[in-house]
Amino acid sequence: MNKIAGVLLAVVGAVALAGIALHRQEPINALWIITAAVCIYALGYRFYGAWVAARVLSVDPSRATPAERYDNGRDFVPTHRWIVFGHHFAAIAGPGPLVGPTLAAQFGYLPGTLWILAGSVLGGCVQDMTILLLSTRRDGRSLGQMAREELGPLGGYAALIGTLLIMILLIAVLGLVVVNAMKNSAWSTATVFATVPVAILVGLHMRHLRPGRILEGSALGVALVLLAVWGGGWVDAHPLLRGMFDWSSLPLAGFVIGYGWIAAILPVWLLLAPRDYLSTFLKLGTVALLAVAILLLHPQIKMPALTQFVDGHGPLFGGKIFPFVFITIACGAVSGFHALVASGTTPKLIASEADVRLIGYGSMMLESFVAIMAIIAATLLDPGVYFAINTGAGVVGSTAAAAVQTISSWGFPVTVPQMQALAHQMGEATLFARTGGAPSLAVGMASIFGNTFGRGLLSVWYHFAIMFEAVFILSTLDAGTRVGRFMLQDLLGHLYAPLGRTSWYPSVLLSSTIVVAGWGYFLYVGVIDPNGGVNILWPLFGIANQMLAAIALSVATGILVKSGRARHAWVTLGPLAWLAIVTTVAAWQKLVSPDAHIGLLAAARALAGQLAAGTLPAPAAAVAPQLIFNQRLDAWLTGLFLAILWLVILDTARLCLRKLRGLPLPASSEAPYRTARLQPPGLTSQLPQGEGGT
Amino acid sequence: MSLAGMPRALRRTVATAMSWLRAVSGDDAYDRYLTHHARAHQGPPLSRPAFYREREERKWSGITRCC
Repeated sequence: MNKIAGVLLAVVGAVALAGIALHRQEPINALWIITAAVCIYALGYRFYGAWVAARVLSVDPSRATPAERYDNGRDFVPTHRWIVFGHHFAAIAGPGPLVGPTLAAQFGYLPGTLWILAGSVLGGCVQDMTILLLSTRRDGRSLGQMAREELGPLGGYAALIGTLLIMILLIAVLGLVVVNAMKNSAWSTATVFATVPVAILVGLHMRHLRPGRILEGSALGVALVLLAVWGGGWVDAHPLLRGMFDWSSLPLAGFVIGYGWIAAILPVWLLLAPRDYLSTFLKLGTVALLAVAILLLHPQIKMPALTQFVDGHGPLFGGKIFPFVFITIACGAVSGFHALVASGTTPKLIASEADVRLIGYGSMMLESFVAIMAIIAATLLDPGVYFAINTGAGVVGSTAAAAVQTISSWGFPVTVPQMQALAHQMGEATLFARTGGAPSLAVGMASIFGNTFGRGLLSVWYHFAIMFEAVFILSTLDAGTRVGRFMLQDLLGHLYAPLGRTSWYPSVLLSSTIVVAGWGYFLYVGVIDPNGGVNILWPLFGIANQMLAAIALSVATGILVKSGRARHAWVTLGPLAWLAIVTTVAAWQKLVSPDAHIGLLAAARALAGQLAAGTLPAPAAAVAPQLIFNQRLDAWLTGLFLAILWLVILDTARLCLRKLRGLPLPASSEAPYRTARLQPPGLTSQLPQGEGGT
Repeated sequence: MSLAGMPRALRRTVATAMSWLRAVSGDDAYDRYLTHHARAHQGPPLSRPAFYREREERKWSGITRCC
């Protein structure tokens, strides 16, 4: 029976994929993409995922997990697999798979879609599941600890520095996305700002009025936030209030930086925790709603399968389809960041090793599906509209007339009245040059929701989508700043012991300020960059993320080889090799390409030349020295990522060679086997007689 | 919430969905802790506010969110 279902899935999937690949001239329906995706996920989960779990990882349900062995009712708690799935998915799902595919759509819908599907099933899902199992076998150790213990101190330091840097880049680029969504939009700004007092109210409610009633508090918060979406429209219509929330990007960046700093030093219960509850609910709810709406609406894809920008001269970011589609998609296919979540928190909840496939492989499949929905939302727009929203003024010209002329000359017709009508429908003054992906995704989501659930509310749907993205971007921003602070305190503690104490206030202030200054700098430069900033920052983040994935896969490969499973090590070695190639080529091009559109140093040289020759207009000349410095700094960072990547790979290779030659190796940190005696935990909690209650 | 009057199967589905939501959000974490405490420990358990205070500090000191 299973075999028949498998064959059927394979046939349907193949037909849908062939349909996508061969449909070149006429527009294709999104249903083809959804069908292909679902079939590929089902096949991947049922066959490849199951095989990797059973044969390569030797998942053993008879082995007691740390949740069972250390069950303390707090962080080690054996939990029903669907609940852990929900936790884990909520933790890994961030703005990355929404932004990356939106940007990668400049190559057409096909390359991004294919990599999201292939990359997740063969790479990302395997990475997440493998790291999850390895950490579960090691009492929930973090990726950094596993790298240090299994590979050696070099791997450990590389993982630590890599994680801290990627965190800073991630926060900077996400901050930039939010700023670009809010700039000169009183409605968006008022709504996003309102989420801060709402979160504080919810925090006070959950702390003092009704402690621990999380559902109740979150429901209150979600209701207030929805009210804020509507209230933003009211502010926007009010001439006086509108002026109070209509900011350009520089002051908005200042607000975001100030917010990040305050959120990092305030107690978590007041702002961070309640915002995170809100964002989790909005995230799960909106993703589910979007899936339903896309299925009901099944829109036509208007973007061509491939655009001329595969040649490397795309307006959103420079670089050829290879390797930059892989660097740009990043989180939707393989995300190194997931390895940080899959090691640490989640393993402490797993009741049985048998659940690892659902939680590790399955959550990443769902994450990849979110990326597929994002690419659908980006490509159902008229390509001309998509480019008009996503291209910076530095590329297409700062007036509307110049922008539409440039974009139409690429073969993607768009007119000023069309953009004005669209902006009016979405309740915005203009949609030109709103780089970063969030506004174009919001327009896509608004048209999906609007066409499915009633067109009258397009502007409300648009701002709902902006609010949804901003809420969980800001919750990544404040949680990330806090984690960055802890990591930095850990490092500083080696220099001067009191700085390592996480509750010592001077250390809290110092380390928070350093972390915020780190990402604040990149955010500031992104904001003053006339090309929009995202074109530089996102590829840099992508390179860092894929480097982190390569570190995680190196740890996994090293452990597989050490434990005598070299025969099967290709399961992680394959994705590792691919990521190493992609990341190295991308980093190399960023460093040495003579094309100023791609190479960072070439761009710095070109800009310096223009500045010296006096050919830059006054505003551009004023910021040019900072941009030149930043491009050189980014080049150094890229070089550092490349060095870390290859140090870890060579360290792993050294380890594998020692194993093959029979030389001594670092001892395995795997916890000894103990037989599982646990009854599978249920979905509901069994209350002891006469206590607690709801 | 009144579930009376719904068909039995629907009622069960709603109840399952609610308990999943409570568990995923951490709404029932204290109930689970009490169950654990009654089974495994002597002495009085933490109070509800104290439990959540400790839980929040722990939860937000590690990497719980992603890109």
